[in-house]
Amino acid sequence: MRLLRLVSGRLVSMIATLLVISLITYAVFVLLPSDPAQLSCGRPCTPERLADARAFMGYDQPWVQQYLAFLGGIVTGRTFGSGAAAVHCAAPCFGYSFQLNESVTHLILERIPVTFSIAVGAAVLWLIIGVGTGVISAVRRGTAIDRAAMTFSTIGVSAPSYLVGLLGILLFGFTLNMVPVNGYVPLTEDPVGWLWHLVLPWCVLALISAAVYARLTRGQMLDVLGEDYIRTARAKGLRERRVVGRHALRNVLIPVVTVFGIDLGSLLGGAVIAERVFSMPGLGALLLDAVGNVDLPLIIGVTLFSAFLIILANFLVDLVYGVLDPRAAP
Amino acid sequence: MAFFLVAAAAAPLLSAIAGQDPYTYDLDALSDSGAPKGFGGGISAQHWFGVEPMTGRDLFAIVVHGARTSILVGAGATAVSVLLGVVVGLTAGFYGGWYDRVVTRTIDVLLGFPYLIFVIALGAIAPTSLPKPLLLVGVLAIFSWPSIARVVRGQTLALKRRTFVVASVALGAGGWHVLVRQLLPNLTATIIVYSTIMIPSMIGAEAALSFLGVGVPPPTPAWGRSIGDAIGWVQTDPMFLVFPGGALFLATLAFNLLGDGLRDAFDPKTRGLRR
Repeated sequence: MRLLRLVSGRLVSMIATLLVISLITYAVFVLLPSDPAQLSCGRPCTPERLADARAFMGYDQPWVQQYLAFLGGIVTGRTFGSGAAAVHCAAPCFGYSFQLNESVTHLILERIPVTFSIAVGAAVLWLIIGVGTGVISAVRRGTAIDRAAMTFSTIGVSAPSYLVGLLGILLFGFTLNMVPVNGYVPLTEDPVGWLWHLVLPWCVLALISAAVYARLTRGQMLDVLGEDYIRTARAKGLRERRVVGRHALRNVLIPVVTVFGIDLGSLLGGAVIAERVFSMPGLGALLLDAVGNVDLPLIIGVTLFSAFLIILANFLVDLVYGVLDPRAAP
Repeated sequence: MAFFLVAAAAAPLLSAIAGQDPYTYDLDALSDSGAPKGFGGGISAQHWFGVEPMTGRDLFAIVVHGARTSILVGAGATAVSVLLGVVVGLTAGFYGGWYDRVVTRTIDVLLGFPYLIFVIALGAIAPTSLPKPLLLVGVLAIFSWPSIARVVRGQTLALKRRTFVVASVALGAGGWHVLVRQLLPNLTATIIVYSTIMIPSMIGAEAALSFLGVGVPPPTPAWGRSIGDAIGWVQTDPMFLVFPGGALFLATLAFNLLGDGLRDAFDPKTRGLRR
């Protein structure tokens, strides 16, 4: 019952947030002076053809109606134009790219495996490395291990991921010739090639983020280890391993999970930088291309989709939170 | 860090000493393929850090002037977002009510925004008449004030129940007086620490955007864009990556260390932990 209330409450607030974000995004992009119809009209562009193109794309209507049509398209799909030239965009329709003659949903789905491969692999790695380092640092506080780990993490926090990525390519790709320097191979075609292409991006992203997580975990762990219930657990004669692993870690993980959800969500929405460095055709690359071509429907679609992922991740975090920390339940 | 501030301020002077400026092309320093001639990307007495591939612009001048771009955008965005965050957080925490609920909700929405994606998209669509650095400062500030507002609001909530605040309200002090004279001085440490931590992340964000080609437009020197350009030259001219990259890394590291130091100095809790 408690869980049900938690889930439904969070679900409502998630949908509300999504609607607000989509409205703002839509308003900002549609109100700015850029005209997809003008771009697709070609030359010479007569006023009649321009008006036709606008009507075809649905840009002849006030933006509130455009927005409602867009929302409707997500639920029921929509058809642009009429007669023989009409294009149908099946539900869930996040818009239609008139430049690529493809529905945005289709374009996004095509790119998802790449971005998800990068993001999930890196996230698993950085969570293990980061939390592990943080816990060890906290338990061995003040020792050489702690100092080394914290120095390393200060460096990691300050290093931009693209810089580390490029240096990694230079060292492991060109000089040592150990891993491929760019590109992506689908998992279904060649699992070994898939893994081989992803090792370097995973390690680079994981190292940078692990630095952040190690600091966070260490700080939390030090706070928690000072609590009374830890003293109680020790006084009961529990082994140190159990005290740290069971009693302390559970409380340490609460803030870590929060940050993790947001990080993973935004990475899933487009590992823009990693995709650019390693030339991988993921969601971020799709967005950069769309930006380069001023493909407005595609830009709006990708932005909203990644907002959706972040909010979904937050929603899941809230649920995990509710399980980890019973006090957080409404 | 002081080193970078000095370098940024004295950029024209420094490049004048080196006898170079970041806009002049020197095609003589390049081989036919566009790659710099000579050792380490064309390092010579004339070009201390070598030259930029394809254009032959002096890399030392680019790096020094790039410090200006980075620090101006970074400090500008930080100043705007700290100001906004403190004002909003302070008033929301103090007055409460529906205003506070609206603020909290707005903060949640903004923190849930895919801000990198949004900024990239916005950068491409925004009218070109708007100066890019100004747009960057604005957009970075819009997405970063919520985090500081949230912290300030939390602390204000705790402070306003303390006796000295309650007492001055009971004595008839106006809202302005309580906010500025009673609450703000107690928040100074938090605000200073947050600002120093925010500057490197802003510098990083600006560099990331320039790296992706949606930040400061050429020919204005920017570290991020040089690093982005270096992608194509990693194999033939690694020094083109190393100098701007090293500068960006060292600047971020310097500000981060300063932030850590300040936090430890202000927070007695962490002081004991660092022996």
